[in-house]
Amino acid sequence: MSEIYLDNNATTRIAPEVLDAMLPYLREYYGNPSSMHTFGGQIHRKIEKAREQVAALINAEPEEIIFTGSGTEGDNTAIMSAATASASRRHIITTSVEHPAVLNFCRVLGQKGFRTTYLPVDTKGQLEPGAVEHATDNETALISVMYANNETGVVFPINSIAETAGEHGVLMHTDAVQAAGKIPIDVKNVPLDMLTISGHKLHAPKGIGALFVRKGTPFRPYIIGGHQEHGRRAGTENVASIIGLGKAAELAAKNLSEEAECLSRLRDRLERGLLSSCPNARINGDISNRLPNTSNISFEYIEGEAVLLRLNEHNICASSGSACTSGSLEPSHVLKAMSVPHTAIHGSIRFSLGRYNTGMEIDRVLDILPGIIMQLRELSPFGREFLHGGKDQPRE
Amino acid sequence: MWEYTDKVREAFLNPKNVGEIADADAVGEVGSIICGDALKLFLRIDRESGRITDAKFQTFGCASAIASSSALTELIKGKTLDEALQVTNQDIADFLGGLPEQKMHCSVLGRDALEAAIGNYRGFETTKKSHERIVCKCFDVTEEKIRRVAAENHLITVDEITNFTKAGGGCGSCRDDIQKILSDIWTIKEPPAPAEPRRLTNLQKIALIQNAFEREIRPGLQADGGDAEIVDIEGNRVLIELRGRCSSCMMSDSSLRSIQKRLSEITGQEIIVGISR
Repeated sequence: MSEIYLDNNATTRIAPEVLDAMLPYLREYYGNPSSMHTFGGQIHRKIEKAREQVAALINAEPEEIIFTGSGTEGDNTAIMSAATASASRRHIITTSVEHPAVLNFCRVLGQKGFRTTYLPVDTKGQLEPGAVEHATDNETALISVMYANNETGVVFPINSIAETAGEHGVLMHTDAVQAAGKIPIDVKNVPLDMLTISGHKLHAPKGIGALFVRKGTPFRPYIIGGHQEHGRRAGTENVASIIGLGKAAELAAKNLSEEAECLSRLRDRLERGLLSSCPNARINGDISNRLPNTSNISFEYIEGEAVLLRLNEHNICASSGSACTSGSLEPSHVLKAMSVPHTAIHGSIRFSLGRYNTGMEIDRVLDILPGIIMQLRELSPFGREFLHGGKDQPRE
Repeated sequence: MWEYTDKVREAFLNPKNVGEIADADAVGEVGSIICGDALKLFLRIDRESGRITDAKFQTFGCASAIASSSALTELIKGKTLDEALQVTNQDIADFLGGLPEQKMHCSVLGRDALEAAIGNYRGFETTKKSHERIVCKCFDVTEEKIRRVAAENHLITVDEITNFTKAGGGCGSCRDDIQKILSDIWTIKEPPAPAEPRRLTNLQKIALIQNAFEREIRPGLQADGGDAEIVDIEGNRVLIELRGRCSSCMMSDSSLRSIQKRLSEITGQEIIVGISR
């Protein structure tokens, strides 16, 4: 049986339409778009077409799109550019729940003498209203707040944060890697300056991303070299992947509202089913401001890696914020920032749905997962106490 | 994705001896829900023979914690308490065909539970005493535990200590402290002074040392899959660099001492061997 893939916030399958669009550029049209001859030069037009497609997804102008090698590169580039734009502004505001691409980059700048503010979140994973305003001062160079969180799907009030940034003359960047293609983004109506997109989160291949930089925003390239991308990102273009990202953006834009509705229906069905069949399960995150595809559920008294590996035996793919899955020994920084109780923080499972999931797959998870939760609680001293109410009867 | 062996997978999916023993003769409880793993071990002990006739467990934790618990119960059933106490965390890992380095703390958890249970049976607490110094506050690890696990498993780096005990794996503020403890454990103490120093020129001494090193010491190390080279000889200090298996594993205190002793014998002088890092 093929896999039931519910880990689309980690990465997605390349859409068949995307692959079809790419293949000619991996086979016959291998030229360099910077070449003088037609064989290479004609590819330049295809790249510009892809730029238009990506721009259209967020209602930007094509010249505001820079192709990058990854979401991480986009985030690093944006932060570095803003941090070095003004000598007198050496303060960066971000949140405590950012992706490591932002968080760790800000930490490095912190070590290099920048003042950094990591805004806390409440138990729903949401920022306190006014927190950004309060943290901003006349030394602030940049506010970088993710559009939506990768672990919980919580969507931040980017519009009001961008307005605050604008009022203070501070640059605003958002990591929209999880949001782009899942919820509508309109940069004409949200006064942010820079926005990061990653290809492989929206059915394009890995190793391609885009950075939106609003016209007029001071910008310094991060990767230095040739004149590609109008001197804003050097390196011979990843032609096939750029064309793939263009196609993926077009597909996402075309089906955005239908897909979002379909995904949220499936997601809600999964959550309802799990909450009704598994006692002491809780949804992590602000359910009224959430991506349509993401569900982060904690099952108390058990540990997430054990759940994942038992799901894996049934070819069901999900992820977890537990310590044992992170490679570190501490549970997810996002769940910690949300003060998820210690009985639940180790037992978090993230399901992130995608375009190709079906109701039958959700039903199969609902058939299998409650049994796994039950077995692991029977194994756990805390789970047994909970199941059998304190001292239980001798067994076996 | 962790690289678990088939044995870990099997012991995780179908663990042996899950449950509890009513009126158990001994119960050992280690870990906590806050730390992310916990193990409760129940033993039935035959009073006359002192043998463990039954063992059951309950574990909150990841796949390797569950597998290690299952392995522990299989290893100790039928053993006397003294025999059971000989079971090391490495035995638990070996029983499972090995654990990923970063998961070795799961085997230590099993070993700790065993000790706690036997302590409980013999009427003394082996768990942390109030006067013991806690080094890692995130995971509640004492200096005594770090010293014991380091010595038992020949751990020389802070990362290894983290893999085996979790200490230093949280906020990281105790990593310097762990390093100090490790330096204290593994520093070579003063070698005994030889009775009568032989008179040698520096050149003669260097030649003697090099000769003995190449002919005796290196072949011995190579036989164990390791190797070493002399980097420098200054006065009576010989600086060597470890290669092959020696560079990744801990060269034990005693093997360094024996190299030192041999070189001292040959030269008739007090030779100190140091490791170049």
